[in-house]
Amino acid sequence: MGKIMLEVNELTTKYITRFGENVYAVDHVSLKVEEGKSLGIAGESGCGKSTLALSLMGYYFAPLHYTSGEIIIDGQKITGMDPDDIRRKILGKEIAYIPQAAMNALNPTLKIIHFIEDVIHAHDPKATKKEIYELARERFAILGLPEEVLQKYPVELSGGMKQRTVIATSVILSPKVLIADEPSSALDVTSQKMVIKMLKDLMEKGFVKAMIFITHELPLLYNVTDDIMVMYAGQIVEKGTAREVVFDPLHPYSKGLMGAIIVPESGVRNVKLTAIPGTPPNLKNPPSGCRFADRCKYVQPECKVRSIDFRDVGNGRAYRCIFSEEQLRKAYQNG
Amino acid sequence: MVEENQAILKGVGLTKVFGLGHRKTIAVDHVDVEFREGEVSSIVGESGSGKTTLAKMLLGLINPTEGEIYFQGKRLDLRTYKKKKEYWTNIQAIFQDPYSSYNIFNKIDTLLLDCIRMRGGHRLPHARKVEMMTEACSFVNLKYEELTNKYPFELSGGQMQRLMIARIFLLKPKILVADEPTSMIDACSRATILDMLMKLRDEVGMTIIFITHDIGLAYYVSDSVYIMAHGKIVESGSADDVILHPKAEYTRRLINDVPKIHEAWDLSTVDYSEI
Repeated sequence: MGKIMLEVNELTTKYITRFGENVYAVDHVSLKVEEGKSLGIAGESGCGKSTLALSLMGYYFAPLHYTSGEIIIDGQKITGMDPDDIRRKILGKEIAYIPQAAMNALNPTLKIIHFIEDVIHAHDPKATKKEIYELARERFAILGLPEEVLQKYPVELSGGMKQRTVIATSVILSPKVLIADEPSSALDVTSQKMVIKMLKDLMEKGFVKAMIFITHELPLLYNVTDDIMVMYAGQIVEKGTAREVVFDPLHPYSKGLMGAIIVPESGVRNVKLTAIPGTPPNLKNPPSGCRFADRCKYVQPECKVRSIDFRDVGNGRAYRCIFSEEQLRKAYQNG
Repeated sequence: MVEENQAILKGVGLTKVFGLGHRKTIAVDHVDVEFREGEVSSIVGESGSGKTTLAKMLLGLINPTEGEIYFQGKRLDLRTYKKKKEYWTNIQAIFQDPYSSYNIFNKIDTLLLDCIRMRGGHRLPHARKVEMMTEACSFVNLKYEELTNKYPFELSGGQMQRLMIARIFLLKPKILVADEPTSMIDACSRATILDMLMKLRDEVGMTIIFITHDIGLAYYVSDSVYIMAHGKIVESGSADDVILHPKAEYTRRLINDVPKIHEAWDLSTVDYSEI
């Protein structure tokens, strides 16, 4: 077992709306990522995936607020630290974040090298321009980005190229943990593949030690990450290795997600895809029992009353459902 | 040989050139396409391959620089607005972004009533109109009673896109052009949208032209597939032929680019030449 790079214990964060209501978008989430491993987070839109990504950085700004729990990056507890310290010492250096439309963050009037200088100067004001250029050139060469890009303006680059440039820039300080929040969903399949290859390269070459990858594209998640966690209405409903979660899902919600996978393989046309009916619940007043109960095919009266524990079944596998593993597998076999 | 369905829409030598002189861009280059009645045909290509330009020409939204379109065997003439309007009773479209497809000031009710009016139903009794709208909403698994008094912004992206299909169901055009209808939508709602397109084909007998960059989706819905690259059709044929036994190098690359789950996904073939 490798060294644990990121550990999150019972993290809860909330949004406070204009009317003073509390919306718990991340509800008692615990996770661990070892060195050299990647963790995928799956779920529909509105499940709290992106809020979790923001919360993991430990830097909160309204309307997102920290409630309880702790975040430990490589033995260093970052929850409770001074926000200014987090911004200067943690963000970019220990943990980096790539948002969905990262390429829109590039100011069209500045050259690419300017953004890299910006990142480095925020952490090391003494670095000279020449040093930075050398570092950037070296790093870009390893990641398969041409050197000319450094002297170009963002408008001269294609969408895929911009996205890759932003990724290379955000990991220029070799952070320990990289959080990629749907880094490829605004791109077409060819550029998507390049972005994925780049993220894999970053892991292999040791520029980042651990990665959290968030997306709703399950085939992608399966190919990129070692472990997968499925999130629903702010809670983790299932975790396991990528292979286990995709081919042998336990929670009815994960099962529903796997039923909607579309890939260009010979069997796809004969299989009837099943989508989950309905939409995720409003988290302003979440259901008291199982949050998935309203959309679940196998719902029992008990589900709506008592809260369901996150049951550990060994080998890092856990799920949140009242049924046992055997009961669930049998139910899926019978359709 | 088995007698094939007649081609309802045909493009011969379609070309579109943007710009002049050394700034000239050939977006679509002498493309021949044929869409048979009651089939789903896909046009697949990367961004910038000209698939949307081709669709716009077929829709009559832009004029081709060269080439002709034949609708039901007759050469299409769209020189006057009146003729265009008449053509648009036969062909309709769903676009990529459901959020910008609506008039935000109109309630859902108004939108659906407009469709009925356009099909000459404005003299019908109100009860009959409600019945038609309910039928259209239930076709796309939505509840009409819940939607009547809502504005578009109160719906989710998936619901909006489904309502677009309900609109198509009321208008009942002969051809539907669906331009990346699923790219802004969650992977989970995607299956629902695709199933609805197939339902339109099976139950209404609509001819559907489905445009996408994801060859996996194209394979799932379509009967025939056109692969497009740099403004040209590089491969065409039935979905099974093209995707399971691709002939063109480009098609093979497109298939390789999509992540798979039962087969290994080869990442080593990525080339970083593009800037």
